[in-house]
Amino acid sequence: MEGNLGIVETKYFTFAEPPHELELRSGLKLGPITLAYETYGTLNHNCSNAILICHALSGDAHAAGYHDGDKKPGWWDAMIGPGKAFDTNHYFIICSNVIGGCKGSTGPSSINPKTGKPYALSFPVITIKDMVCAQKRLIDHLGIKKLLSVAGGSIGGMQVLKWSIAYPQNIRSAIVIATNTGHTAQQIAFHEVGRQAIMSDPHWNNGDYYGKPTPATGIALARMVGHITYMSSESMDTKFGRKLISKERVGLDFSQDFQVEGYLKYRGDSFVQRFDANSYLYITKAADYFNLAEEKSLVESFKDASANFLVITFTSDWLYPTHQLKDMIKALKINDVDITSCEIKSSYGHDSFLIECDEQSRLVRNFLKKNE
Amino acid sequence: MADRLDYQTIIHLVETNARVLDLGCGNGDLLAFLRDQKKTRGVGIEIDEQAIYQCVEKGLTVVHGDIDHELSDYGDKRFDYVILYESLQQVLHPERVILEALRVGKKVIVGIPNFCHIYGRYQVFFRGKVPVTKELPDQWYDTPNLRFLSLKDFRIFCKKRNIKIENAIALSRNARISFFPNVFAHVGIFELSKN
Repeated sequence: MEGNLGIVETKYFTFAEPPHELELRSGLKLGPITLAYETYGTLNHNCSNAILICHALSGDAHAAGYHDGDKKPGWWDAMIGPGKAFDTNHYFIICSNVIGGCKGSTGPSSINPKTGKPYALSFPVITIKDMVCAQKRLIDHLGIKKLLSVAGGSIGGMQVLKWSIAYPQNIRSAIVIATNTGHTAQQIAFHEVGRQAIMSDPHWNNGDYYGKPTPATGIALARMVGHITYMSSESMDTKFGRKLISKERVGLDFSQDFQVEGYLKYRGDSFVQRFDANSYLYITKAADYFNLAEEKSLVESFKDASANFLVITFTSDWLYPTHQLKDMIKALKINDVDITSCEIKSSYGHDSFLIECDEQSRLVRNFLKKNE
Repeated sequence: MADRLDYQTIIHLVETNARVLDLGCGNGDLLAFLRDQKKTRGVGIEIDEQAIYQCVEKGLTVVHGDIDHELSDYGDKRFDYVILYESLQQVLHPERVILEALRVGKKVIVGIPNFCHIYGRYQVFFRGKVPVTKELPDQWYDTPNLRFLSLKDFRIFCKKRNIKIENAIALSRNARISFFPNVFAHVGIFELSKN
């Protein structure tokens, strides 16, 4: 029987205090670093039941359960909880906010202890590898030597791939969902439109807007573009079609006519309330820089990978289509890595990984059981 | 599973602890049976999404894709056995698949339905109809099969392509057939290797 986690709380872990700062891929150092994280379930006595969940672009540490007073649960609540795919009766689930984020972990909106002011653009550029290095420190802190699994979709999936290459000895399995081993020109292009929307907002002010009016128009626009890429043509047609907003016929002016316009506006505006524009720049850049085939071939990159892989994609996901992972699956096969893959039939586009939880659960539940 | 003569036949051909690639593994029954009986390390390739869920439920490793494309990724002699059980007749390029299977596997086990079984011959000869039998239940317009061959056709193919048939077992529903197998067998199971 599936149950609910009830009220959960975010915890914080601070490390890399000067002079022991974390050295980033850029060569720059960052410290102290705080990671916001949540845990669900209980760590067993030999610490063998821990699973790390990695979130996507706008996600956070709050993956499941409810925060006190909230009406909505965490972003992957359908997958995490008692009796669910990531069964908290059996597993100890950890989810942390990425560095560079704005949901409790150190990022551009955090106060730089050296200046007493927010970092803003003085925050060093971070990469997926840096995010994963910070997560590794959290896992060490929790006393876990080997994770049963690391799982995530989209940019979370990139973190999973990085884990499998950077720390092959520390994970038993990897659940990689709707992602890519390196951003394509199209994927970079959509991110760049979002970044330009933010940076061309006068309130952005070169990133120095804390305590002043925020670049709300820019980040709302970035979110609107993003949202289009997360849906499919079919899911948009089903949800909105050409339906009008409380009017009989189109206005023949530039007022909002179509429901899809209102929806995107709503999505954009509500994002302003919960997300920092600079974090959006840093995290999208991290995704764009991600490329496992940059220094060597994919086959070489996965040479030391030893985790068992579960790779999930969705038929209608045109942002991260299945065929783009073909080379990765080939590289894993060549390296004799145990890999199971499934392309789930779905009409929800890239967002499917947050929506199609029945099918994902069937795969994840049994895959985890096999790896116990 | 234990009551399936075809699966039992394949089990006898496969050595313990072997590495097995099952092309068109379906719901994974054969791979799971091999794992449980012969401790094989198996991988399946399957095109049907629902069958993938069933394989994963059985704890199997399975790649979602089509045989014609997925096979070429594997290195030479990566598997002890490559199995094509009742799937060869459904692939687009059977010759290429067999040759590729012989490249990635030390041995290849092929199971084919016999389209020239006596019932089929009867239907063609007396009724003037393409055979529809218990073993070949599909009509011409909805069959997944793309290739129609007999046990004899397969032998001729192997000879032409210089493929060695190490073992050939012909089966009816519940017995081995040694008397005119091309007439009385429903299924032929061939163990192949490269000459």
